[in-house]
Amino acid sequence: MILNLLHPAIILIAGALVIPLLRGRMRNAYMLTLPLISLAILLFLPHGESARIDVFEYTLTTLRIDRLSFIFALIFHIAAFLVTLYAIHVKDTLQHVAALTYAGAAIGATLAGDLITLFIYWEITAIASVFLIWARGTECAYRAGIRYIIIQVVSGLLLLFGALQQLSATGSLTFDHMTLGDPGTWPIFIAFGIKCAFPLLHSWLEDSYPEATITGTVVLSAFTTKLAVYALARGFAGTDMLIWIGAAMTAFPIFYAVIENDLRRVLTYSLNNQLGFMVVGIGIGTELALNGTAAHAFCHILYKALLFMSMGAVLLRAGTVKGSELGGLYKSMPYTTSFCIIGAASISAFPLFSGFVSKSMILTAAAIGDHTVVWLVLLSAAAGAFVHSDIKIPYSAFFAHDSGIRCKEAPNNMLWAMAIASIFCIGIGIYPAPLYALLPYDINFAPYTATHVITQLQLLLFSALAFTFLMKTGVYPPELRAINLDADWFYRRLFPSLWNRFIVFTTPIWEGGKQLAINSLRWSVYRITQHHRSDGVLARTWPTGSMVLWVAILLGVYIVLYLVAY
Amino acid sequence: MHDKTKDPSEKEKTYWLDKERNVNIVIKALVLICAILLMLDFFYHKHAHFEFENWFGFFGWFGFVVCVGLVLAAKALRIFLKRDEGYYDS
Repeated sequence: MILNLLHPAIILIAGALVIPLLRGRMRNAYMLTLPLISLAILLFLPHGESARIDVFEYTLTTLRIDRLSFIFALIFHIAAFLVTLYAIHVKDTLQHVAALTYAGAAIGATLAGDLITLFIYWEITAIASVFLIWARGTECAYRAGIRYIIIQVVSGLLLLFGALQQLSATGSLTFDHMTLGDPGTWPIFIAFGIKCAFPLLHSWLEDSYPEATITGTVVLSAFTTKLAVYALARGFAGTDMLIWIGAAMTAFPIFYAVIENDLRRVLTYSLNNQLGFMVVGIGIGTELALNGTAAHAFCHILYKALLFMSMGAVLLRAGTVKGSELGGLYKSMPYTTSFCIIGAASISAFPLFSGFVSKSMILTAAAIGDHTVVWLVLLSAAAGAFVHSDIKIPYSAFFAHDSGIRCKEAPNNMLWAMAIASIFCIGIGIYPAPLYALLPYDINFAPYTATHVITQLQLLLFSALAFTFLMKTGVYPPELRAINLDADWFYRRLFPSLWNRFIVFTTPIWEGGKQLAINSLRWSVYRITQHHRSDGVLARTWPTGSMVLWVAILLGVYIVLYLVAY
Repeated sequence: MHDKTKDPSEKEKTYWLDKERNVNIVIKALVLICAILLMLDFFYHKHAHFEFENWFGFFGWFGFVVCVGLVLAAKALRIFLKRDEGYYDS
């Protein structure tokens, strides 16, 4: 029972509610300590299913720690600490409460052993995180937040629906490996797919993340989608369809990244691309592939947060993250520039940086499985993403043409958060053994072979050469003040406009029908009043004699009918 | 927050990358490194899973071609996808 309360998720969520009571340094110290306390508890908790709650005749497993859930819970804790440090200067208490509740819920969902517990935490992540978008305070952010929360809640309801279907078919709520086609698995698969930003279900991600607050986007980037990756790895490892879904996810966001102007949105497209690699790993489903997915999620959370942090710092100091308005910021923000480059080197899997030791596992797993086409897609995506987001981000913000913007370097707490994330990125890249020891399966993988290193360097540097060539020749599309249509167009434009047309088309029919109904009502009222008004036929005073006469006639008719019948 | 005023001490300061000549040095260095990487293919045994990986400089020209192709495709996509910033507000 004690473990129900001594649960990292409970510590963080309950702990977050205390924040409004504290002020100043006390508050800051408390917020930074909270994830560390929770982390210490996680490290001390026994592996296995150790906390259960009985609800009616069902048993909910609130705490299941194994190697898969542990590595995700661990990185969520590290992320929670880093994003808290990054945001510590923010005065708005609501954002801090939301961020730590959100982190706690993501950890709770990771440690959930049954589908109902998963559902509850799944929905808390949605509700807590939307405040990080709304806190921006703009009309745009408000609307994006509404769209975000609707889609997130729908994902949760699908999960609940699937869970109940599974319960009624099998009597079990356990959250474990599922086979698509079994009762309840499709709704659960789609619920995970929405949160994981599968192609066509993805646009909530690119729609909402760039609209959140400076620090909120960093928080958002760490949890929701990686929780979905965990859930897919737990539930649907080895589902062939995921290989193709993942491959599509790695490819299509790159095109958008090239032409997108908002650099935080470019990063979101590249986040979507990175999720694709993890989804391919889950689809392949071998031990190497799943290790690759877990390792990549771990590294990804760190370097993605680092990149969002650097762009957050730019937004804070320069007042914009539009590529068309930035450039030359390395002069004003040298530290942020360096951290951003470290993040970019990590995400693009440069040797000695973290992405290299994780992404190569997924590519190797695809090659071993003889998925030739998918392997080529992943290789193209790796090269493409490098040029179109990983070079583009630092290049257009910090170099390119000097925009003339001169501003202060990022605040110290932001720099420290970026520095720690950078140390992780380089540390894992140079010495991956501790990370490999945490992976779900025992591993025998050597990332630093001559073949890996040389081929990867060839791929990346020739891509960089292509970028230089395209820039020099002016072929590379310039950053423009514009937006690009994505799948959210369907529900932001097409459906509303179809609805409007439907209204326009049906209005005459509706009006005509309404008129007809009113007219017939009027006619009935007229007829009724005609008969019932004071001088109407039915309201007249009749002489008793006429009534007796009518009774006599009725009786006569009755007798005649009676005699005829017999 | 939006501190766009020029710091007087920074006015005179020119950075190494401000000079066109130095940018060209960076580009030449990149070309040189690429050439060296390409040549390395002669000197080590590649552990390839697929036959085509053994083609000379496969990863180099594959990366180059893919990136150029992607940019051209994305430029073409812009024709269909680009809208004003206020598109959804109207």
